[in-house]
Amino acid sequence: MSREHVLHKVRTALGRSTGQPVDQPPPVRLNIPAAGIESRIAVFCERIEALAGHTHRAASLEGARSYVEGVLAGRKSAASNAPILRQCGITALPGVESGVMDPVALRALCASAACGITGADYALADTGTLVMLASPQEARLISLLPPVHIALVERGRLLTGLDELLSILPFPAEQTSSMVLITGPSRTADIEQILVRGVHGPGEIHVVVV
Amino acid sequence: MSAIFDEKIHQTLADSKLQLAIFAATGRLMEKRRKAVNADACPDYQELRTQAHEVKRHTIDHLDYYLELFERNVSAHGGRVVYCKDGTEVADFVLGLARQRRASLIVKSKSMTTEEVDLNERLEHHQLESVETDLGEYLIQLAHERPYHIVAPALHKTKEQVADLLTERLGVPRETVIEKQTMIARAVLREKFLAADIGISGANFLVADSGAIVLVENEGNARLTTSAPKVHIAIAGIEKMIPRAQDLAVFLRLLGRSATGQPLTVYTSFLSGPRRGDEIDGPDEFYVVLLDNGRTKVLADREKRESLYCIRCGACLNHCPVYRKIGGHSFPWVYSGPIGAILTPQFLGVNHEPGLPFASSLCGACAEVCPVKIDIPKILLDLRSDVKKSEEREGASRLERFAFRAWAWVMRHPRLYEMAGMAAASLAPSRDGGGWVRSAPSGIKVAPLDAWLSQRDLPSAPAKSFRQLWRERR
Repeated sequence: MSREHVLHKVRTALGRSTGQPVDQPPPVRLNIPAAGIESRIAVFCERIEALAGHTHRAASLEGARSYVEGVLAGRKSAASNAPILRQCGITALPGVESGVMDPVALRALCASAACGITGADYALADTGTLVMLASPQEARLISLLPPVHIALVERGRLLTGLDELLSILPFPAEQTSSMVLITGPSRTADIEQILVRGVHGPGEIHVVVV
Repeated sequence: MSAIFDEKIHQTLADSKLQLAIFAATGRLMEKRRKAVNADACPDYQELRTQAHEVKRHTIDHLDYYLELFERNVSAHGGRVVYCKDGTEVADFVLGLARQRRASLIVKSKSMTTEEVDLNERLEHHQLESVETDLGEYLIQLAHERPYHIVAPALHKTKEQVADLLTERLGVPRETVIEKQTMIARAVLREKFLAADIGISGANFLVADSGAIVLVENEGNARLTTSAPKVHIAIAGIEKMIPRAQDLAVFLRLLGRSATGQPLTVYTSFLSGPRRGDEIDGPDEFYVVLLDNGRTKVLADREKRESLYCIRCGACLNHCPVYRKIGGHSFPWVYSGPIGAILTPQFLGVNHEPGLPFASSLCGACAEVCPVKIDIPKILLDLRSDVKKSEEREGASRLERFAFRAWAWVMRHPRLYEMAGMAAASLAPSRDGGGWVRSAPSGIKVAPLDAWLSQRDLPSAPAKSFRQLWRERR
């Protein structure tokens, strides 16, 4: 609509002309601390639990499956197409539906499922954060619509924090239309600043480090 | 100061429940922030602030370049950028798109920018249902009010008031338990999300090198708004730009900590374009509306340009002794607190509410907590000077000008100055024995003097003036 009008006003205000080059922006500031994998896992789990999330460290794929099986307790669930879920045998658990590629069918499934089960592309230790990139493996709604979210994180995917993520993925948009960082269960404090979990997204979150 | 500003302030001051609610809520937010930025929790906090300020300065000073870069990158990912000069153009764009897509229901996630242009009212005027989905914003919309606070829009509502509101507007049985109130809203809004044709969000950041928008939230409503409907429209002020995705390492850390004391909020969405070919879900269409609405006016003022660095964390509101007393609704526009006091006059003109830049003690708390180091007190002073200049142009303050000229003249004549001082001292004896002058002497009735003394006390004059003491010493 007003493209030229607005750009012209911006340039006039700044005293710049069309196509005038820019100075170098200040250098990027990324701080990546050194932290061994064991301490990363410990901090990661501690952070999630501080946010009232649940964590489980699974020594094996079977261990991960049996933890998830316990949480599901046979309830109707939507699982993503992340390979690790199949490898663990989670997609074969009773009540679990997986491999839904049609957006309408997927939305209906997620809207009625008790749990959504996903992988995680990365995890950030210092904030207890899951990093989810939308892809053929991971839909957006599985970690969003069901009241319970269960995520499996491979330990090699555990980074120190946001700075390391952005050094590995300096251009997230080249890979996906949607990168979401999830830090604990959905919450609000909009009425009298009283904390309530699960207002729109999942109120319960389980993270399994495999 | 306008009568309405004065009246709203007095209403707020007289409402003891409201006073307590504001005091408690802002106090808790201050405490949360303090814990999140102290040396243990965030050792490089001050360096982050400096970096954020420098990055914002660079971006705003070259905004035309970054706008075009952003636009190219949005297009490259299949989205579209729409520039709008004001609220009418925003509404026209949304309405036009809604008509083309035969849309009737819009879900919205929290956006101060859309509050700025009264988007909901404009859409509803054209029979489009536009529903706020952030819990606080939803309550505010049900109550037909304006957000009380940038970050906590329903900060002033008690659970009893929320109970009445839900019963009255939704016809549900009265419910005073906050968890249950939240679940009532969740159920209503879940239906809206699944039925909506268009989702409208704001943007906390526009990332130029990625053509992406970043949304920061705790509830998940912004994720739903941007994931469930077929069309996603993000509406943002042009100043929300940052150059690189990697700059988020600085800005996200500062925003969460300053706003609610969270190292990262529950959800941070980095969205670039519609669903891609092989992705399973997400919107089919992605638009970013870049709004001017007065921002280029601010941009043109080199001295006050840094007002546009604001990332809307709300920390300056929480720490402001004035906001904490007069609350959010006393302020004449959608932005309240110190940042509102500098944005409103620049966006709407100083005459919109000439009292606004003066409604500050200039204590400097706002500048101290600002994560991007905006020098709010200095800008307030500049705006005070702008108000005075504008009043002078209109000849509104002839009396004041005369008084200051007379004073300047007296000060240039030492003997006259001393006599005037003695006369003033003899006219203003202390009235309460405590050594303070609390009102004008009964013989003197000057309206400006009464007004001045109505909010201030003067120490009573000492027995001897400085000049007398000086003479005796020599």
